Amino acid sequence: MQVKEKMIEKLFLLIALSSITILALITFFIFEEGLPLILKIGPKAFLLGERWIPSKGLFGIFPMITSSFWVTLGALILGIPLGLACTIFLSELIPPSIGILLRPAIQLLAAIPSVIYGFWGLIVLVPLIQNYLGGPGLSILAGSLVLSFMILPTIITISEDSLKALPPSYKAGALALGATHWQTIWRVLIPAAKSGIVASVILGMGRAIGETMAMIMILGNAVKMPTSFLDSARTLTTNIGIEMGYASGDHRQALFATGIVLFFIIMALNILAIFLSRRRVD
Amino acid sequence: MDNHCKSQIANRKLKLFGFGIWNLGFLFLLLFILFGVGCQRSKAGITVAGSTSVEPFAELLAEEYMSHHPQSHIYVQGGGSTAGIEAVITRAANIGMSSRLLTGQEKHLYSVTIARDAIAIIINPKNPIQDLSLDQIRQVFSGKIKSWKELGGVSHPIVLVTREEGSGTREAFQKFVMGKEDISLEALVQDSNGAVRQVVASNHNAIGYISLGLVNDQVKALKISGVEPNLADIENGKYTLVRPFLFVFNEEPVGEAKSFLEFVLSPLAQKLLLKEGLVPVLPKIAQE
Repeated sequence: MQVKEKMIEKLFLLIALSSITILALITFFIFEEGLPLILKIGPKAFLLGERWIPSKGLFGIFPMITSSFWVTLGALILGIPLGLACTIFLSELIPPSIGILLRPAIQLLAAIPSVIYGFWGLIVLVPLIQNYLGGPGLSILAGSLVLSFMILPTIITISEDSLKALPPSYKAGALALGATHWQTIWRVLIPAAKSGIVASVILGMGRAIGETMAMIMILGNAVKMPTSFLDSARTLTTNIGIEMGYASGDHRQALFATGIVLFFIIMALNILAIFLSRRRVD
Repeated sequence: MDNHCKSQIANRKLKLFGFGIWNLGFLFLLLFILFGVGCQRSKAGITVAGSTSVEPFAELLAEEYMSHHPQSHIYVQGGGSTAGIEAVITRAANIGMSSRLLTGQEKHLYSVTIARDAIAIIINPKNPIQDLSLDQIRQVFSGKIKSWKELGGVSHPIVLVTREEGSGTREAFQKFVMGKEDISLEALVQDSNGAVRQVVASNHNAIGYISLGLVNDQVKALKISGVEPNLADIENGKYTLVRPFLFVFNEEPVGEAKSFLEFVLSPLAQKLLLKEGLVPVLPKIAQE
């Protein structure tokens, strides 16, 4: 029996290790393909160059980095208030019986394939923006709106968990001191769960920066520095997604190099989120 | 009691055994299916890969070919001209599809023009403009002309729609229209003919370029200096935005690939391509 158990243990270890190995291999491959180009044209020309014209050997991804942050910032501006309001509503203001219905509905948002979000944005949001606000319609604003819906499940689920993890004495104590329900929520519970909420926002940000399919469909993919939220833009992910089909040689390497930059951004965000949620436990 | 217990254990062993048999059976079934599929693929299949502009036409031809040769199978994949040519060089594909001429090292490959395709400059049907000169189109796409008003239309900003870097259609447009000028960085970039058409169809102020074969009634193909993009004017050389569709091979094809190529160049297949909006390579069919 013991031998069998040991064997099963080893088997699971092997499976677990294989998934980590795959991750390591992917990382290795991205760097192996992308680094030579960064070194060839210089990190500064690559990261801060403003012109991306692969046919002329110009590989500056600064417009893409900027656009990625604009789109994500827009999504956060729209998504954080909405997400936080939803969280407070779900965890504090409604009877649990309604929450049981609403919670799966919000989690369902995460299950919708991103191409559906993109298609909806293209058919519904883009013409609206084009007709009422001007510009090409395919814009950062449209992208941010769609992304703000896409990051809602992440923000709501994680920040609700962190509100639930608070000791009940916080709420009881505040109410006992004569604070109203709203004061308790705003002055006691939210500040106490702050690190968890911030972590949820950062994870949502990671999701927003990584989103590709929906963004290819609604951002318009123009390669230029964005000057307004009604401008078309190209993010780091869509740059890879849109050009990989035909890229070869240096151009292909430049797309992998774009992946390296993305890799570092996502890593930094995840480490930050893990760090913040750890602190909450301590 | 003891007996009962023993029989129970035996029973359990039997169950376990049975379960094992089932699992094994399932595994074998799976293996058979995989093996079977593998066999079928390797039986008489050739892979055609490359340009997404050629892909829909190649799919059509492959279907037609397979209906005449039920024992063979042709797999058509997209990926882009460059990817297709690379696949031929590495022998991942038997035939590469290219919507551009071969360049540099690729020139030693064996290539056959299977049809020609015109590039149409398209605008929204609601846009009153009918006709532009090549020079005007160049200035529009380089960002020098920014409003439809300068071209005799309504006073709205022009929304440019272009293809992504590396696309065969973009390369052809760059060569035929832009010359040394760059396409404006303001231009929206879409990654397929269909996506360009969709944007132009939904935006009154948009202008783009796609394969003539893919123009439908959602968009309007512009005349260029009075020349309409139709078959007669492409044939007699008046409409100049024409590029070849190539099949690329490592060396002169043999066997299944040869037989497919012969079919593609046959009058039957060429007529099919003509019906789909391409310009056949057999002059007789074009004149009919």
